[in-house]
Amino acid sequence: MTTLEQATIGDDTIREPGRGRDRKRPIWMEKPHPATQALKFVTLLIAVALVIVPFWSIIITSLADQQAINDAGGGMLMWPDGLSLDAYQAVLSGGVVTRALLISIAITVIGTLLSLAASAGLAYWLARPGAVGSRPVLMLLLGAVLFSPGIIPTYLVVREFGLLDSYASLVLPVMINAFNVIVMRAFFQELPQELFESAHIDGATPFTVLTRIVLPLSKAVLAVVGLFYAVGYWNAFFNALLYIQTTDKWPMALVLRTFVVNQSAIGGDQVGGSEALPPQLPMQMAILVIAIVPILLVYPFLQRHFAKGVLIGAVKG
Amino acid sequence: MVRRLSRDRLLLLLGLPGALVLVGFHYLPMLGSVIAFQDYQPYLGIGDSQWVGVENFSFLTDGNPEFWNAMVNTLQLTLIQTILVFPVPLALALLLNSLAGERLKRLLQSVLYLPHFLSWVIVVAIFQQMLGNAGTLNTFLVRNDLPTVEIIGTPELFMTLITAQSIWKDAGWGTIIFLAALSRVDEEQYEAAAIDGANGWHRLIHITLPSLRGLFILLLILRLGNSLSVGFEQIILQQGPVGLEASEVLDTWLYNYGILGGGWGVSAAAGLVKGLVGVLLVIGANRLAHAFGERGVYQK
Repeated sequence: MTTLEQATIGDDTIREPGRGRDRKRPIWMEKPHPATQALKFVTLLIAVALVIVPFWSIIITSLADQQAINDAGGGMLMWPDGLSLDAYQAVLSGGVVTRALLISIAITVIGTLLSLAASAGLAYWLARPGAVGSRPVLMLLLGAVLFSPGIIPTYLVVREFGLLDSYASLVLPVMINAFNVIVMRAFFQELPQELFESAHIDGATPFTVLTRIVLPLSKAVLAVVGLFYAVGYWNAFFNALLYIQTTDKWPMALVLRTFVVNQSAIGGDQVGGSEALPPQLPMQMAILVIAIVPILLVYPFLQRHFAKGVLIGAVKG
Repeated sequence: MVRRLSRDRLLLLLGLPGALVLVGFHYLPMLGSVIAFQDYQPYLGIGDSQWVGVENFSFLTDGNPEFWNAMVNTLQLTLIQTILVFPVPLALALLLNSLAGERLKRLLQSVLYLPHFLSWVIVVAIFQQMLGNAGTLNTFLVRNDLPTVEIIGTPELFMTLITAQSIWKDAGWGTIIFLAALSRVDEEQYEAAAIDGANGWHRLIHITLPSLRGLFILLLILRLGNSLSVGFEQIILQQGPVGLEASEVLDTWLYNYGILGGGWGVSAAAGLVKGLVGVLLVIGANRLAHAFGERGVYQK
């Protein structure tokens, strides 16, 4: 009986104006208890705050001037106070941080292009029915998803190839992600096969078919996979730590570790300009913000596609 | 065969670069694992280093204290992370799923997914700046004349910190797969149950959770297979302040002992054992899942 009563009351409430776009509560569902509702909102609010507050505090501190840092007793700030861009100017005007930023951008762009080209080519080969050699290679690909070689053997291979302390060591070992290739292959297989056959009869080479037909039809999956590769390259720390020895070749991840995580002092040699340096903390936070911003820039785009990408992989894999 | 080769030569040209990279950096290293049976010396290379049989595996039996410390820490962390990290995405997904407003839900999701895309270096840096001695939390406590807390650099709190970071980074992201599963639960089941007098709590216990059981077991098996790998990047970044006793795990030991310390053979041996144990754990867990009538990762 109570259920029925509540359902009727609930029915009235969900027709309130102003909630038109929201999902309607089904007629059989009880009206949620206000206390439960409040508890849910508070929990979610706390979860969201735990994500946002650190970003806020970091950005505010990166913009603080000497006076504001002194007022805070040398610690992080929560409220803007005496805004200045000096920290950004210092770390971006030449020196190890600027260099690392350029290196990271170059590796991300070049690495992503190479990864996409190699993955698309491989996926296309494996997607063509009856192509020579595609069965064993597919097995190799699936094996690579299940087993990953250990740290030491991979290091030895990179060493034997003479890639230690080279930019190639940041790209080649991670250039092919088996999971991404599998997602692309699944996508290529979904494309209408008659298109390939008619193009083939018209005398098109596999290369023409790939560039003129397959790739234009696969923009969505190229975007998803490309973004995943790009985020991977931008964030890569492990390989840089293992393989890069010269400071001049550091990508952002190593700069972050040295100056932000390990808090090594940023001196005049590390940043451009000979004038008085801004305080350390805002410079550290500026480096952190610079490392986060590219992720934030692609995030809206990533978000539109990634859930789909993850689920394609899960279903078809 | 030759005809097929010549027919597909352009196709091969497109696919081979990727295939070669795959073989060179995924399969060649597996061959490199033979140094587990060598007294490997970098200047001699694999060809000229001496073969020593299973001597490198003696760390398993002779009670190498550093290795066993790393092992114990790894298992402790895996246990804590499986118990604490695992249910958080589920709880978050249930909370999000119970929200009525689609737009609000999407907004919350975009905020909660974000940390997943940050690297560990950034996440560790953020935690230091928030909880460190001069961090946001302590600055706030000092300003309000409250006692400060020392979280970063306290060995006893290391595992708690690592776990909190894992939750912060990936709990939101982990909801995706649960939300997808929740959206597939048949609405009519809820309706029928409600008409029979089941309240929200009953429906959660008797419909929602049972329908997620298969997925939950699948994720648990995958987690088990990875139970000897606990966040290399995350931990190597934070070993300095707390020391190795509290923070050394298998992967960092492999790196510290093998690459930094030059114990190539022993580290490769340990890596090999670790990989094998991982595979055995997955197979074992999968058998167990089958025994209980679940699908598991793969079928018989």
